[in-house]
Amino acid sequence: MVYFKSSNIISSLGFGTEDNFQSIYDGNIGISKIENQDIYHEPFLASMINENILEEKFSVLAKNYTKFDYFTKLEKMIIMSVHYAIMTTNIDISSLRTAIVISTTKGNIDILSSSYSNKIEKERAFLWSLGRVVSKFFGNPNDAIVVSNACVSGVVALNTASSYIKSGKYDNVVVTGGDIVSRFVVSGFMSFLSLSPVPCKPFDKQRCGLSLGEASGTIILSNIPIASTTNFIFSGGSSANDANHISGPSRDGEGSFIAIKKAITEANVKSMQIDHISAHGTATPYNDEMESKAIYRHGMNNAIVNSIKGVIGHTLGAAGIVETAILLEEMKQNVILKSLGYFEHGVSKPIKIANKIIDKDLVCCLKMASGFGGSNAALVISKINL
Amino acid sequence: MSNLKISQYCHIKDNEAFVNGKLIFEDIKSTNLKAFSKSLYRAIKSSYSKFFKMDDISRLGFLAAELLLKDADLSTVVSDDVSVVLSNSESTLVTDQKHQDTIADYKNFFPSPSIFVYTLPNIMIGEISIRHKLQGENAFFIVENFNAELIANHINNLFLENKSKVFIGGWVNQSRWNYEAFLYLTSDVGLIDHNALEINYLYNNMNEI
Amino acid sequence: MKDIVEKLKVQLIDQLNLEDMEPEDIDPDEPLFGDGLGLDSIDALELIVLLEKEYGIKIQNPKDGQKIFFSLNTMAEFIKENQK
Repeated sequence: MVYFKSSNIISSLGFGTEDNFQSIYDGNIGISKIENQDIYHEPFLASMINENILEEKFSVLAKNYTKFDYFTKLEKMIIMSVHYAIMTTNIDISSLRTAIVISTTKGNIDILSSSYSNKIEKERAFLWSLGRVVSKFFGNPNDAIVVSNACVSGVVALNTASSYIKSGKYDNVVVTGGDIVSRFVVSGFMSFLSLSPVPCKPFDKQRCGLSLGEASGTIILSNIPIASTTNFIFSGGSSANDANHISGPSRDGEGSFIAIKKAITEANVKSMQIDHISAHGTATPYNDEMESKAIYRHGMNNAIVNSIKGVIGHTLGAAGIVETAILLEEMKQNVILKSLGYFEHGVSKPIKIANKIIDKDLVCCLKMASGFGGSNAALVISKINL
Repeated sequence: MSNLKISQYCHIKDNEAFVNGKLIFEDIKSTNLKAFSKSLYRAIKSSYSKFFKMDDISRLGFLAAELLLKDADLSTVVSDDVSVVLSNSESTLVTDQKHQDTIADYKNFFPSPSIFVYTLPNIMIGEISIRHKLQGENAFFIVENFNAELIANHINNLFLENKSKVFIGGWVNQSRWNYEAFLYLTSDVGLIDHNALEINYLYNNMNEI
Repeated sequence: MKDIVEKLKVQLIDQLNLEDMEPEDIDPDEPLFGDGLGLDSIDALELIVLLEKEYGIKIQNPKDGQKIFFSLNTMAEFIKENQK
């Protein structure tokens, strides 16, 4: 079996999973107006990590390590996230039996900009180099595996990691990932006219696009449970392609439907057993509509759906990991967080969106993700008592 | 270990295209991937107007899949039983640089949505999937060098977990100076065992099955 | 008007990568989307960029695009009316 061992989230809301969970629970919002000419020549909305605090915390952590002189912002975010997640476990990250899987869409893409500090060699723009930096930092002897599969990268990375443990290839896998809010990405989404002028409103009638966010996240999977307590197991995961369009989601939710079908089949659970769904919920008109169809087609009538993107935005390569970490925390506390930004039902199917904080016994939950390239992914988490 | 077998493979690089180790096309005149991909597209008489919309690396992946699946009969396979697992070293950095060039100067700031959409490596998986109606698993890995073990292992795991029955695996890379695609088709039919040793052999030697 | 249409044909082929088409293949009255030229949602976004880049016209509400980008003639008309 594959057990969830530990997690971490670094976002605008805080530097740990509990901090982030509590902050969302308290009704805070990480998305704010950003005025930064280096990123975009006009003010825009995004959820961004406070660089001074990041710097301060990293210098404390990096005191113990002097193998590199310079790290990019993203490298710092990811290293810090792995460090915090591994700290709470007894897992040996320098063991041959421990793998590192990294999820990112654009990695250190800001290096392409001519204004970038020349202290960082251009080679760091290669995504595999991100893997090398992280594994070297922690003295991990295996080549880090880098997954770059658009906005489903995080869930695909978790699925891949769980296969490594199931097949016996590794005992522990550190799944980490992240992306920054860069000029590259902001400009691109601006040209797609997909950024919302207000903090994004997943599943709401007035939703009109996404909000970007930056974050790093880590989830550690293991073949050994945490002794004598409630454990969370990775019970199924899959991905699927819409085979329809490279940027627009399928109108009937076919790819997402298939990914969910395979994930719940592997988990050996019925649709009605799903208590709660952490949706991709980007708040673009088509994505949320598509997801509502995929959920409805599965008849998951007992599931309450939320998206935390209204709070911390779309964190791209981190999204699947960060949102799964929050989902685990929800399951631990038997609480479904409010889907911020949702007021009036704005999708055609009658799925239940969490319009407030809901207490519910959460035994079996689903994480969904979808992205460019027609990609979709899903995973199922089940609670067991040992 | 799985019982998967490799039935087809193809290789495109240095202005040449090989199917199952046999040279099927060369064009010594083309000086870049854009020109070569167009002449290969014409040579194999593909008719797919969306081809011209793709960026260079997606064209490369698309053409490799055309060659790979030309003689493969997938009509009896359910679409969600065909998965695509690809890898490369440079993600989409050549296209990334094109997007970067449109945003470097805010006085001449015209980011193009049709360039930006291609700045993700798995877009080529999307293009191949649309063309051949493939709805199975997807994964794109970034590795410094071709890594047969990583791809073979991922595909074997998906097969053993009953996620999918037929797989396209391989490598599609474009750098500023060169390009290379190597794809193989694996399922329960074929003559070559699906493992890293055999895949490396096919990748390094273009001899016939 | 005719000049704009002819110029647009070339710009369209260039900007939208319609490499297998010649300017004379495009009928100015033919719908650009759907059954006509078969453009898609990314092309629509690209046309918005084209108007801004080549003609200095910014479309305030993307929903207006449907009318403006119906055909080459409607596009040319819009350019004529809005060009400074």
